[in-house]
Amino acid sequence: MNGAQDLGGAHGFGPVVPEPDEPVFHADWERRVFAMALAMGYTGAWNLDGSRAARESLPPAEYLASSYYEIWLKALEKQVAATGLATPAEMESGRAAEPAKPVVRTLARDGLEDRFRAGFPSSRATDAPARFALGDTVVARNIHPTTHTRLPRYVRGKRGRIVRIDGAFVFPDTNAYQAGENPVWLYTVAFTAQELWGESGDPGGTVTVAAFEPYLEPA
Amino acid sequence: MSDHHADHDHAHHGSELSPIEARVRALESLLTEKGYVDPASLDALVELYETKVGPHAGARVVARAWLDPAFRARLLADATPAIAELDIGGRGGEHMVVVENTPETHNLVVCTLCSCYPWPVLGLPPVWYKAPPYRARAVIDPRGVLAEFGVTLPETTGITVWDSTAETRYMVLPMRPAGTEGFSEEALAALVTRDSMIGTGLPKALPVEPVEMPV
Repeated sequence: MNGAQDLGGAHGFGPVVPEPDEPVFHADWERRVFAMALAMGYTGAWNLDGSRAARESLPPAEYLASSYYEIWLKALEKQVAATGLATPAEMESGRAAEPAKPVVRTLARDGLEDRFRAGFPSSRATDAPARFALGDTVVARNIHPTTHTRLPRYVRGKRGRIVRIDGAFVFPDTNAYQAGENPVWLYTVAFTAQELWGESGDPGGTVTVAAFEPYLEPA
Repeated sequence: MSDHHADHDHAHHGSELSPIEARVRALESLLTEKGYVDPASLDALVELYETKVGPHAGARVVARAWLDPAFRARLLADATPAIAELDIGGRGGEHMVVVENTPETHNLVVCTLCSCYPWPVLGLPPVWYKAPPYRARAVIDPRGVLAEFGVTLPETTGITVWDSTAETRYMVLPMRPAGTEGFSEEALAALVTRDSMIGTGLPKALPVEPVEMPV
């Protein structure tokens, strides 16, 4: 969706302000939100793409006015309510008024570190042949889905070159809505800075995006 | 600020909680009561990502690549198994790509759409990486962004920006600083900063030895 999350190329946000000796978390509630988001994701009630979709569908003004972990919290509450795991009233009171719903699994303390150090790969097998080859020139499709997508606006309609074939991966556009993993080929596509930004692009500059096959068409 | 208060001991009871602290506490109580989360697991996740996973892991990878040409070749060809040789890997680093800085090309990593970042090698991202100014400008004005980090590159060095729009995660292999011949892996790793592996910085310069000039 063309939401506030799609920031590439936007003006007016001011300078980047690094914080010296920045702590990993700035408040204890951030720790809890971070951990709850991971642990609730682990239950299988939704997936990472669904979490991204929930975060970016906050109203743009609210998204931009919220801190990072506030966005995570609001999205988490939204997902908990949408999946019926708890009601907004229960979240308000902090007390269960209805029985719990079954979940696929819960994250146990034992073996937790091993599970997270092993990771959760999103590469998948596919029988479909890759449509594009290394070096091919492609155009990013000029699509504007109102639903979750990982094709940023700033490359849509632009011409780039396939510089890497990354393999077949879960397709976020459907997976976000539990509508199937639909594995598709993923490519790294390089665009010249001037293709993207015209005369203001840095000469000799390149921007790459990782683009799923349905986002691309032959040039 | 609320994060200042959060560090105080809570002798004043719950009435001192800020609205967001109260809201988060209510959510955790509820999810725990319903059996969806275990507070001990939440504690373990925080401990893992606050104290164990961090850029020291990436620094080991870089130092090894500087010392061992065969490892460097494996790292650049297929980064995930190469990094796993050092027992490093996991969530947010399942599909790693390592890109090498050269005199001709400087690499810079961003996630314009959210906050994708290679957790197992760099830890959780800093606020600036997740905030709009960096996400907006890294792709359109990388030289300007680098200047704000105090990095000025020669005009002849092209910049390649890697926007992390899928589950592939990028780490920059910076150039080995001159004058480090004979350095141990540990000494080299100490020169590798987090920002040098994002591309917003360079490895630490060597301390300049005072030279006694002959009179």
